[in-house]
Amino acid sequence: MEALTAIVIGVLTAASVYLMLARNFMRFLFGMILLSNAVNLTIFASGRMTKGAPALVPYGEDGPLGVVGNALPQALVLTAIVIGFGLLAFTLALVFEGYRRMNSVDTDEMRFAEPKEDTTK
Amino acid sequence: MSWVLVLPIAVPFATAVVAYLARNYPAGRWISLAGSALSLVVSAILMVAVLNEGVIAAQMSNWNAPFGITLVADYLSAVMVVITAITGLATAIYALGEIPEETESLGFYALFQVLIAGVTGAFLTGDLFNLYVWFEVMLIASFSLLVIGGGKERLDAGIKYVALNLVSTLIFLSGIGLLYGVTGTLNMADLRQAVANAENQGLITVIAMMFMVGFGVKAAVFPLFFWLPASYHTPYFTISAVFAGLLTKVGVYAMMRMFTLVFVGDVGFTHEILIWVSLLTMFTGVIGAAAQSDFRKILSFHIISQIGYMTLGLALFTPLALMGGVFYLVHHIIVKANLFFVAGLAKQYAGSTDLNKIGGLYKSSPLLAALFIIPAFSLAGFPPLSGFWAKYLIVKAALEIDAWFIAFVSLLVGLLTIFSMTKIWGMAFWKPHPDGIDPTPDRAPARVTRAMMIPIIGLAAMTILIGFYPEPFVQFAQTAAQQLLDPTDYVTTVLGVQP
Repeated sequence: MEALTAIVIGVLTAASVYLMLARNFMRFLFGMILLSNAVNLTIFASGRMTKGAPALVPYGEDGPLGVVGNALPQALVLTAIVIGFGLLAFTLALVFEGYRRMNSVDTDEMRFAEPKEDTTK
Repeated sequence: MSWVLVLPIAVPFATAVVAYLARNYPAGRWISLAGSALSLVVSAILMVAVLNEGVIAAQMSNWNAPFGITLVADYLSAVMVVITAITGLATAIYALGEIPEETESLGFYALFQVLIAGVTGAFLTGDLFNLYVWFEVMLIASFSLLVIGGGKERLDAGIKYVALNLVSTLIFLSGIGLLYGVTGTLNMADLRQAVANAENQGLITVIAMMFMVGFGVKAAVFPLFFWLPASYHTPYFTISAVFAGLLTKVGVYAMMRMFTLVFVGDVGFTHEILIWVSLLTMFTGVIGAAAQSDFRKILSFHIISQIGYMTLGLALFTPLALMGGVFYLVHHIIVKANLFFVAGLAKQYAGSTDLNKIGGLYKSSPLLAALFIIPAFSLAGFPPLSGFWAKYLIVKAALEIDAWFIAFVSLLVGLLTIFSMTKIWGMAFWKPHPDGIDPTPDRAPARVTRAMMIPIIGLAAMTILIGFYPEPFVQFAQTAAQQLLDPTDYVTTVLGVQP
C-alpha cells in the first residue's frame, strides 16, 4: 500500500511540476492543486498505513480498545485541506480579478508591477 | 502562567474582530490603534516574564508536550514578539495618515491585526505543524493586504507573490510530513532528541534542505527571492513597511529556530550551504539595488541584501555570529520599516517615488531629510547607529574564525549599501525637483503629516538609542545566542522533565 501511495505521490508531483512550468497562470494553479494533494498524501502516508479500526474511544473508557489507525495524520491532513482550500479560493478570485483588469492570464504579459523598460535603463 | 504567552496572540485577534465590525466607522481605526498599544503592553509583560524566569512554556488545553500544542518563549521569541508589537503600533499610527476611508471599510485594520497575530504566533509556537498554521494565517492576511485597493500593478504583484509563497508553503508542509514520518513527533523540543536518534541521518539532511528551501523563500534568500522585488513596491506604504519589517524576518526566525534546535546533526553540510547562500544573497541584493531608480524598489532589494547578514550569523554558527544575527534581526526590523515610512512621506511631499521625477526634498523638508539619514546610515552600518554594531558583530565573528573572504564580502556589501543610500539622498533630497517646483509639505494635510511623522521619529529615536547605548541590547543578544546554541533549557521547559 505504501509503495502504491508513493508512486501516486510521485505521479501527482511530476504532473504538477509540468503544469506549474506553464506560462498560463491557470495551468500553474491546477499544478498547485495537484501538488497540494500530493503533499497531503505524503503526510497521510508518513503516519504509516495500517489496517485498524477508527481511533474512537468507547464511552466510559480511557483510551481506544484494540488496534486503531493513527489519527494524527488525518487531523493534520484535514487542517491542511481546509487551509489549502481557503488559499485556493482566494487565489482563484485573485486570478479572475487579474484577468478582468489585465485581460490576460499569461504570466509573460503581466508586466505591470515590473515594466519591461525598467531593465533597459 | 499560560496567559502571558497567549495574550500577545489573542489581543490582535480580538482587535481584528472588533475592528472588522467597526470598519465603516471612524472608530475602527482608533480600535486598531488601541489594540496595537495593548499588544505592546502584553508583549512587554511577556518580555519581563522571560527576563525573570528564562524560558517559559505553556501547554494548550493541558495536553502535555509532546502531544498537545505548546507555546514557548525564550529570549529570541520574546524579543521578536516585542519588536513585532512595536512595528505594529508604529504601523497602526502611520495607517491613520495614509489609508483612505474606502480601504478602511474593506476591513483593512482587521486584516492588519490578523497579520500581526500570525507573525506573533509564528514566533511563539513550539510545534512544527502549528508553525505551518501561523504561516498560513500570516500569508492569507498578507495576500489580501497586498492587493487591497486594487489596480493592475497590485494585482500583478499579488499574483506573483501568492504563487511563489504557495509553492514554498507546500515544500515546508511536505518537509513536516516527512519529518513526522521519520521521527513520529512534531513538537520542536521533542524533535531535537528524535532527530538526533533517527537511524537514517541522510534522510534527515534531505528533510533539512526542504525546510531550508521553504523558509528560504519566505526569507527571500538567493536564489529564491524573486517574489520580493516583484511585489513590495506596489501596495500602500503602510503595508510595504510592515511587510519589509516583519514578513521576511519570520522566515529568518524559523530558519534560526530549526537550524539551531533540530537540524544540528550535519552542521558541516547544511550550514556550509547556508554560508554561500548568505553571501550570494548579500551580494545580489545590493547589486540589484544599484540598478534600480525607484525609492521603494531600491529599498526592496536592500531587504534581500540585509537578510544575507542575518542568515550568515546563523550559518557561521559560533556564539558571536549568532549573537550578531539576533542583533541584526532586531535592528533591521526597526530600520527597514522606518525607511519605507520615510519613502511614503516623501511621496506625499514630492508626488512620486520614482527618483527621476522627484527632488528638492532637502530644501523643503530638512526634518524629513534628517530622519531619512538616520535609518539609511544605520542600514549601511555607520557608527554610532544600530547598524554599525550589528555589522561589527558579524564581521568580528567572521574574522574570529579566520574567514577572511566572508568578512571581506560583508564589508564590501556595506560599502555598496552606502552607494544606494547616497543615490536616494542625492536624487530625492539633494538635486532640485526636475519640474522646477519645490515639493511642499503643505500639500499634504497636517493630519496626514502628523500621523506619518510620529512613527518615523519614534523608530529613528530607537535606532539612535540602540546605537549610543548598545550594551543591554548586545548582552540580551548574547544570552539569546547562548540559548540557541545550548537549548537544554528550552527542551526541559517544554517537555517538563527535570535533568
